[in-house]
Amino acid sequence: MIRLENIEKVYRTDTVETLAINGINLHVQKGEFLSIMGPSGCGKSTLLNIMGLLDEPSRGQIRIDDQDISRYSDKQMASFRNERLGFIFQSYHLINDLQVLDNVELPLLYRNSSAQSRRALATAALEKVGLSNRTKHFPTQLSGGQRQRVAIARAIVGQPQIILADEPTGNLDSAMGNEIMDILINLNRNEGTTIVMVTHDESMAQKTHRLVRLFDGSQVQ
Amino acid sequence: MLKNYFKIAIAVLKRRKFFTFISLFGISFTLTVITVAVAFLNKFINEDYPDFKRERSLYVGTMELKNTKEGWLNRSDVSFYFLDHYVSKLQRVEKMAISSTAQASNAFVNNKKIVIEYKYTNADYWNVLEYEFLEGKPYGAQEILNASRVAVISEETRDDYFGPNVHAVGKYISADNINYRVIGVVKNVSKTLYNFAGDMYIPYTISRQDWNEVALLGNCNAVLLAKTPQEIPQLKQDFEQMMRKVPLPDKEFDKAFSNADTYFESVTRTFAGDGENSGVTKATGLLLTLLSIFLLLPTINLVSINITRIMERSSEIGVRKAFGASSSTLVYQFIVENLILTIIGGLLGLLLSMLAIYFINEAELVSNMQLSLSPRVLGYSLLACILFGLLSGVYPAWRMSRLNVVHALKAQ
Repeated sequence: MIRLENIEKVYRTDTVETLAINGINLHVQKGEFLSIMGPSGCGKSTLLNIMGLLDEPSRGQIRIDDQDISRYSDKQMASFRNERLGFIFQSYHLINDLQVLDNVELPLLYRNSSAQSRRALATAALEKVGLSNRTKHFPTQLSGGQRQRVAIARAIVGQPQIILADEPTGNLDSAMGNEIMDILINLNRNEGTTIVMVTHDESMAQKTHRLVRLFDGSQVQ
Repeated sequence: MLKNYFKIAIAVLKRRKFFTFISLFGISFTLTVITVAVAFLNKFINEDYPDFKRERSLYVGTMELKNTKEGWLNRSDVSFYFLDHYVSKLQRVEKMAISSTAQASNAFVNNKKIVIEYKYTNADYWNVLEYEFLEGKPYGAQEILNASRVAVISEETRDDYFGPNVHAVGKYISADNINYRVIGVVKNVSKTLYNFAGDMYIPYTISRQDWNEVALLGNCNAVLLAKTPQEIPQLKQDFEQMMRKVPLPDKEFDKAFSNADTYFESVTRTFAGDGENSGVTKATGLLLTLLSIFLLLPTINLVSINITRIMERSSEIGVRKAFGASSSTLVYQFIVENLILTIIGGLLGLLLSMLAIYFINEAELVSNMQLSLSPRVLGYSLLACILFGLLSGVYPAWRMSRLNVVHALKAQ
């Protein structure tokens, strides 16, 4: 489903050139739950950002469902992200000025859907993560675990085929982390959503189908 | 979508109250000044009581005699002789209202000094201009011919001289030791229409002045009424042709300039033009420059506040981009948000303008001038608001839309 071919990412400043990703080839199957592990600074998040079209590789090709997306315009890229991808971030990245329901609705704002259907889909997504009683709350009124569940609801509300999660349990205690992990596993199992997750936690990674390890920008497992 | 933008805009306004205050103050204060200035301009430029036929009127106000070799000139109002002898002969002039500049006379009523500014007029003055008579009627050709000592007074003069709302027609009023019989009382005219505002109007034939003295410079001005608005350009040409034939009074001068102007030209000529140039371009340019500077300063201020505000929201921008907002959608969102801010500022500005206009009217800064928020003034204010919102929103929105998503998300 996602095919990365010879991906390289180089960060350049006036004096230094840093190779963050070094010739990675990776194929993520449809319906797979893949985790990426590695020490800090090894390029895990950069790789995930490249997969999510949030960052451009310096070299190499990304193909999703056999479409070469490196030549997409800003508009096409935006629409692709909107329809096919969902993101979960370590620090949730909810908009604190908006209520929970409005946060979850956000991806649907960039589609042609009525306010009524947006509301219905967002409420259903919140029900899936067990937060239907918090729709009117603001993110700052919620615990870390609840915020991450809102972030998951936002990621799944548009029914994307792929979810990219960047250390989704990184800011949570183990009990909360397990709860979040269960939601992701259920999504993958019951709805066939392809998930790529970056994590530091070996126990979480063991729960996924496949584990990829990175070291200094290269794939070592 | 718009509802979402509105919610965000209001939340952002609530978040940094000091910034919000500075922004709203900048917008509302600027708009108040613009709105009040437009209300003033409106009073000067647009048709106003009693001068309601501007589209078919031309105004003759000044005569300029020039010595082009020595470079000096003499400028004054026009003489009665010039109007009567030359201008009245123009075929396209249907009627001509002639009035003199105001002269002041002191009267004492109940030990109170009243200054009466009186003007001499001809009979057609009352046909060209549409004064509203509260009582009585104007004088006509017969009274002019007979040099009847009759007068039309303003409502304010009646109230000061005879008492508030006292019936004045038939009574006598004294100016410069001459008693005039009041035959009409008219509604007050704003002092901004200085050619038509006065306390008392009397037939020109009463004056001891020699109206037939051969001269070009004098103390009169006139309104020339054409039959139709379409005749105005031709009437202007006729006037120019006539001026070429007007003989110069003496050898001191080698050129004479006088013009039949539209009302706007007659206003601009007095402060930005001369005999040869109406000053419209200069005056319009000056006004536009002033307006631009006045709009530019708060706009720059808003731009810098907006950039700070938007950069504070880089995480939100990253999230929106990640979930499918294109750069153009984000630009649209921030412009809409900024328009919401400026419209709130605009509404506050309107409220302040209404207060300012109320106090200006109450204070009678200019005698009998009543400023108002006409639909035209409101329209201009709304336009200024939108212009403001766009000017101050576009650049920050464009900068924000170019933010890299990954950097934007890391900024939190």
